Amino acid sequence: MRCNNFSRGALNIETDQKLRILVIDENPIRRAILEAGLSEAGFGNVKVLENLTGLLEQVYIIDPDVIVIDLESPSRDVLEQMFQVSRIVKRPIAMFVDQSDRATIAEAIDAGVSAYIVDGLRKERVRPILDMTISRFQAFDAMRAELESAKSALSERKSIERAKGLLMKSKGLGEEAAYSLLRRTAMNQNRRIAEVAESLINSYDLLKD
Amino acid sequence: MDSADPENIIHAGFIPLTDCSPLVIAKELGFDRRHGFSLRLHREVSWANIRDKSELGIFDCAHMLAPMPLASSLGLRGRAPVPIIAPMALNLNGNAITVSNALYASMLAEDAESAREGGMAAAKAIAKVATKRLAEGEAPLTLGMVYPFSCHNYDLRCWLAAAGVDPDNDVNLVVVPPSLIAESLRAGRVDGFCVGAPWSNVAVAAGLGRIIATKSELWADSPEKVLGVRADWAEQRPELLQALIKALITAAIWLEDTANLPEAALLLASPGYVGAPEDAILRSLTGQLPCTGEEKHYPNHLIFHRHAANFPWVSHGVWLLQQMRRWRQLTRDIDFEAEARLVFRPDLYRPAASALQVSAPVSDFKSEGCNGQGIVVASVGPISMARPHMFSDRTPQEILKLT
Repeated sequence: MRCNNFSRGALNIETDQKLRILVIDENPIRRAILEAGLSEAGFGNVKVLENLTGLLEQVYIIDPDVIVIDLESPSRDVLEQMFQVSRIVKRPIAMFVDQSDRATIAEAIDAGVSAYIVDGLRKERVRPILDMTISRFQAFDAMRAELESAKSALSERKSIERAKGLLMKSKGLGEEAAYSLLRRTAMNQNRRIAEVAESLINSYDLLKD
Repeated sequence: MDSADPENIIHAGFIPLTDCSPLVIAKELGFDRRHGFSLRLHREVSWANIRDKSELGIFDCAHMLAPMPLASSLGLRGRAPVPIIAPMALNLNGNAITVSNALYASMLAEDAESAREGGMAAAKAIAKVATKRLAEGEAPLTLGMVYPFSCHNYDLRCWLAAAGVDPDNDVNLVVVPPSLIAESLRAGRVDGFCVGAPWSNVAVAAGLGRIIATKSELWADSPEKVLGVRADWAEQRPELLQALIKALITAAIWLEDTANLPEAALLLASPGYVGAPEDAILRSLTGQLPCTGEEKHYPNHLIFHRHAANFPWVSHGVWLLQQMRRWRQLTRDIDFEAEARLVFRPDLYRPAASALQVSAPVSDFKSEGCNGQGIVVASVGPISMARPHMFSDRTPQEILKLT
């Protein structure tokens, strides 16, 4: 680990710029959106992979701290095998799976993205990367689904957050359960989660008035 | 139950392979509605997606590689354990080992008799090629499979090991997604692979290689895909789970009638399901395969119902756990039988089978993959089984001593 607790704040800014982030996404537009988002957020060391041939060699050379991969890529399984065979990676890599963060993981998966991080990397350093990735993937999704609408993904995320809060309060659910209820409803109705969240908020406002 | 009730919608994930058929047929032929629920199918491109969406509860159930529910339940590879059960199996067999034309030529040069014989013997020819390559300082053979926790991985490893090849050091094993496997063979990135139907047929039809062994030759009636179900969902919705198992058994029985196979191939070929040529899919369903240059008929290439194909044998679970231990995916000591019993759940299969008046074995165990003798399965009603060929001449106890 390259950070210490003594001057964590100052050190983080420095190290996070150096954090090597690898984006694997075959969609050129989404890749550009995410790359721009990450560099605007101050992550200076972002590499993107367009060509998936020789994926293992490329990952070995780049030696990333964090890998972000879109769920439409069949290469996820290639990466998972790679992480099992320690002799082909320099540093052990694990999937971003932590019980305490299930809601975030679920949001990432719903947004169509997954992440892998170098073992031992602190969660709070990965969190901003994941949040940025989720919002950019949602932005792309929104763009693709409704080009005419200028809705930003951030407002969609806010809607989801608000709807989740309403469900937690009114149904006495935990965060994860509230989120799964939203998702389940969206899947059953063939709609996007943000749409369900917005209609829930609208109905709530109606009832309130 | 009312299939129009949103509470009775079941979301299932699947991977485009011929053995997702029971799910597709259950939906397309309305066996879901007949049993009081509505099935929604979600096509995925990776097993990692299937695992994540199942563990997160986005899917209620999924078409899974038989080792996957065990890996999730045990929390292998540093992941938090999520109990997933296998209350039924979707099929037996279906995998095949295919090599490039160049590798086949080398096999002929080293040991023509074994290469031509195919099956278990073909591994001897591969072993000679692999040894020669290493001795001459050439790059090791690169062989592809589909996922670390897959029968394909264990098939390839056991097949190689039985011929004296160390799969971790003498060859290079890599994962290649099934849909990219033909292209990888063409580009020379892999010399051969073990993959599920219909992707071997697709590569052979493109003239890129030849099938040298099918799983039904190596080990008849071997485990392959199961219905993976989140344990908490199964507990909360026991009636819905029974309805699901019944609909899938009905679909599996429908797939046993050869007269139905052209219709099945037509449905599966659509881009929303397997998205492969109809002819390749039909061949994988009928077992009419272009092997080692000539067309052969493998009646047990892919089995959906007969030979107790849908029964979730606890002994399959034990065999798979032993493979995980043997190949160091599982590094801690566990009680194989106890763990396998938590995941493979014949107790949930039997009531559904009985409701449909379908025979089910009375025992949860049979001998697996380690003897050449025919076996008899005690059951309620008659069940015939194929002869379990020798996959390895070592007993499970001997295999475990090797780890």
